[in-house]
Amino acid sequence: MIHTENLTKKFGELMAVESLSLDVAEGEVFGFLGPNGAGKTTTVRMLTSLIGPAAGMATVAGFTIGQQDTEIRRTVGVLTETPGMYDNLSAEYNLRIFAELYEVKDVKGQIEKYLKMLGLYERRLDAAGTFSKGMKQKLAIARALLHEPRVLFLDEPTAGLDPEAAHLVREFIAELKKEGRTIFLCTHNLDEADHLCDRIGVFKSHLLVVDTPANLRASVFGRKVVFHLRLADEKIASAIRSLEFARDVRIMENRVVVSLDNPEIQNPEVVRVLVNAGADIQFVGELRHSLEDVYLQLVKGV
Amino acid sequence: MNKIKTIVRKEWAEVFKNRMVIFTVAFLPILMTVIPLGIIYGTHGTAGTKAGNSTSNELPPEMAQSMCPGELSSLDCLQVFMVSEFMMLFMLVPIAIPVTIAAYSIVGEKTTRSLEPLLATPVTTTELLIGKCLAAVIPAVLATYTAFGVFALGSWIIVANKILLTALLAPRWLIAIFLVGPLLAVMAVTFALMISSRVNDPRVAEQVSMVVILPVLVGFFGQVAGLFVLNTQIITIVALVMLVLDVLLLYLTTRVFQREQILTRWK
Repeated sequence: MIHTENLTKKFGELMAVESLSLDVAEGEVFGFLGPNGAGKTTTVRMLTSLIGPAAGMATVAGFTIGQQDTEIRRTVGVLTETPGMYDNLSAEYNLRIFAELYEVKDVKGQIEKYLKMLGLYERRLDAAGTFSKGMKQKLAIARALLHEPRVLFLDEPTAGLDPEAAHLVREFIAELKKEGRTIFLCTHNLDEADHLCDRIGVFKSHLLVVDTPANLRASVFGRKVVFHLRLADEKIASAIRSLEFARDVRIMENRVVVSLDNPEIQNPEVVRVLVNAGADIQFVGELRHSLEDVYLQLVKGV
Repeated sequence: MNKIKTIVRKEWAEVFKNRMVIFTVAFLPILMTVIPLGIIYGTHGTAGTKAGNSTSNELPPEMAQSMCPGELSSLDCLQVFMVSEFMMLFMLVPIAIPVTIAAYSIVGEKTTRSLEPLLATPVTTTELLIGKCLAAVIPAVLATYTAFGVFALGSWIIVANKILLTALLAPRWLIAIFLVGPLLAVMAVTFALMISSRVNDPRVAEQVSMVVILPVLVGFFGQVAGLFVLNTQIITIVALVMLVLDVLLLYLTTRVFQREQILTRWK
């Protein structure tokens, strides 16, 4: 649905986006992570035909940027980083303007649908300027969806929202995912990316890595299993070390942490060894690094 | 065409929610109508000598000949002259009103961050600019026509002398109001839109855009100084020049409106 090849953008001497090549499949939620100033918004602007690339090419929903810009704008929905509203106008009128510009057939129906879905219908006649930040953000999401875009670009959809509003927005994105829309999600909220995204690209001027959250964890930190025991000692650790596949065996209080390539296959064997060594096993679990750990590890020193 | 209508309605909905803008739109036409009517009312009915005699002592001969039919008294002729000067200032109406609206039009959307979502829609640059242009020009032209209508009606009520009335509502002023007025409004708006798309501060946009009143001031002071008298021929030439200028400015405005620069240059 989204395809880029060596997509590049420079502002004067500043390289904003360097040779970005990626593919996002139809119905996929793709998380685009990177520090401030990494070029995420510039990438979104290029992919939504707001600005042109300096080099490379990209297609969105089969349309080529720079050649079929109007078609791209008609096909995609965009939630910009700081989505301004016409504050003097009602929420409904704000949406009406955009519905008409997107040539929506059932303007009234679509406005009603999204205002209700996002819990703003009761306030539809109030000026957008009277809305809280969370309500404005929801209104901006409604605006981006009025024309039922096949591809949705969300640039920091939960930035600056209180936890409740952010939760509501995340739930709404999850609903959109279920509808099978392709979503390109720029976010700093790594937990959000972890829960919502099928794949994640870590970006800092150029693409550092693209993979599923689970694979990213595995590739950066490996997979670690924690065995909670009544008593963990060196004898037990030695027993585990005797297994060929067990790496980096560490005792931490009454826990033994072991790096394994394939825990689903290898865990039963470790459990058997532990039982034979006289260990009383209380719990077994995978040590889960947060995506934040992965992200920091990736962007560190770049 | 529908998108242009949407842009126009959006602009009006936004602009006319602001009471200060309504005041700005209404104040100048009212002022420019009341003052010349006041002059006519204050001086009408006074008997005087024929223009051919003593008017020549008060107005330059060319001016007196151009402005005043022979049957008018010197005082009536002076009245025509003074109102003619005000009519020049009246031409500020179709400039000042749309400049206020147009100068804010793009830079205002930059500051409220509503421009990027607007540019992300399938609206073309031409549609967007024509919409914004019409949204500023139409109220200005309507205000100008209305004010002139009130002036014409007031003159008809106040002035008993039909020759004086004919001189006050001479063809040159009808051309000026009904033809040059809208052309001036388009010039002012396209210039203001050009400025508005290149600056980051609405105040700067408004100040710089007000430069467009200069041609009218040149006309006013030129006539006061007796350098020329605006007759039908000159006004028609001005109208033709304005038409060419408007086409050129419209073209330039669409060229200057670079979406990328507008989005990436302002912070």
